[in-house]
Amino acid sequence: MAKRKVKNDFQPRIVVFACNWCSYPAADAAGINRLQYPPNVRIIRTMCMGRVNPAFVLKALEMGADGVLVSGCHFEDCHYSFGARKAAEQYQKLEKIVQLLGIEKGRIRQEFISAAEFPKFVQVVHEMVEQVRKLGPNPLAKSLLPGHKEKREEMAVN
Amino acid sequence: MEINIAQIRETNAFSCLECGKCTGTCPVARYSKTFSPRMILIRALRNTHPDSIKSADLWSCLTCQRCDEICPSDIKYTEFIHLLRQFVGIENREGTCSHGGILESISRIMTAPDLKQQRLDWVGRDFQTAPSGEYLYFVGCLPYFDVLFNEIGTQSLNIARSTLKILNYFDIKPQLLPNEKCCGHDFYWNGDLENFRKLAEANFEQIKKSGARYVITSCPECYRTLKTDYPRFFGKLPFEVKHISEFLAEQLQQKKHRLKGDGLRVTFQDPCRLGRHLGVYEPPRQVLRHLSGLEFNEMAHHHKRAICCGVTGWMNCSQISKQIQAQRLREARATGADTLITACPKCQIHFQCALLDKQLKEEVNLTVQDLTEVVVTYLA
Repeated sequence: MAKRKVKNDFQPRIVVFACNWCSYPAADAAGINRLQYPPNVRIIRTMCMGRVNPAFVLKALEMGADGVLVSGCHFEDCHYSFGARKAAEQYQKLEKIVQLLGIEKGRIRQEFISAAEFPKFVQVVHEMVEQVRKLGPNPLAKSLLPGHKEKREEMAVN
Repeated sequence: MEINIAQIRETNAFSCLECGKCTGTCPVARYSKTFSPRMILIRALRNTHPDSIKSADLWSCLTCQRCDEICPSDIKYTEFIHLLRQFVGIENREGTCSHGGILESISRIMTAPDLKQQRLDWVGRDFQTAPSGEYLYFVGCLPYFDVLFNEIGTQSLNIARSTLKILNYFDIKPQLLPNEKCCGHDFYWNGDLENFRKLAEANFEQIKKSGARYVITSCPECYRTLKTDYPRFFGKLPFEVKHISEFLAEQLQQKKHRLKGDGLRVTFQDPCRLGRHLGVYEPPRQVLRHLSGLEFNEMAHHHKRAICCGVTGWMNCSQISKQIQAQRLREARATGADTLITACPKCQIHFQCALLDKQLKEEVNLTVQDLTEVVVTYLA
């Protein structure tokens, strides 16, 4: 019984890489328009989605993130013209690596969200949080970061 | 970490004559303005505070053992570097891991004990493997390299496929470990012994449990790590480790096999772990001699004097690495070869990466292939 309760209470922590020109303003606009989205996301602003090397996403997972969302402009809107395309290529690589490592595919996601599509941003975050909540906590954190669980519980209490 | 004087003493570092032969022979020092193996040693012995030695240069050493070969005082310089890096500690290092550190991340994720990798998807139906048996093929990180370095034109899994085909050709159905981990070579040499131990323990247990007597590797780094570094932690190994070139040389010798195929003009790059580290110079050459119609010439630097491919452990890849690679490729060209054969997947990746430079590619006009890939074309 107790175990089940913990699972329901599980608040995933999701790292969002958002590009400076589209997704970050979208997140901003969501706030301005008073649309609510779960507080489980930690947004990291990057200049372009193409800058988000697969290594960064793996590092986030390694350091205990339960899910990682990479978001940026649509292909045609990219501020650096080829950045989003580059990001799509890199994401394919990342997907393959994650699959090889045996990490659930649902923990990573790539989304193209333009600055005007703030409802989409909210929806994607909702979906992602639900999806990761179903998958449960990141299994890597337990073995790679000793003391991680206690720390997390401590933070939840505070 | 505390410095262990007994271990340092074992490397003979205190008997340095400061003659500078190491710097003279070092492929990095040849192109770098600051890197000097002699100065690293002298500085480390005179001032034992980590801050005085932690500069990026400490991680530029290729640990290729050219200095070990030439040192008149018989200093084990690479071992010394390994101890220094361990002493400075991975968290204080100033070197940078190339590719955004993804390869280190992958290895670190692999230290998680409950990880269930899906790394055997490449094994198709036309290969014969067995769940148990005398032989085990240790694939190493090839599936990961294949994903990451496909875009520069290397298909690392071709090496794995070729190796399996060769083993099958000699009627051997090897085992494959479904949850094999990285051998820990890069952690060992970058001074992260804690993670190395985790990976090594996991691999050792798995291999022991499989009951295999012979472990075949197609990567010299796995070969060195399994053969010489694991026994230091676990004592005598209950299995024998062999590189695929040794296995092939033995088999071809025994059966007096001569494989027929097209004529190729080739030259051979000695991987440092295979050559200088373990003294396996002849087996790959014997294999090449068994291939008929193949013209084999040595490069200007070969055997003990062979030059490294420019990067070790994915650390500090820079303009200097590129210059080393360009020099090596030009040497290969000078032999009149059209194929550069190497026995190490990482050498192949590094040379292929250097060939991305269009000018250099036009100039040298070489293809880089693994030994197993060449042998497999002769089997059919």
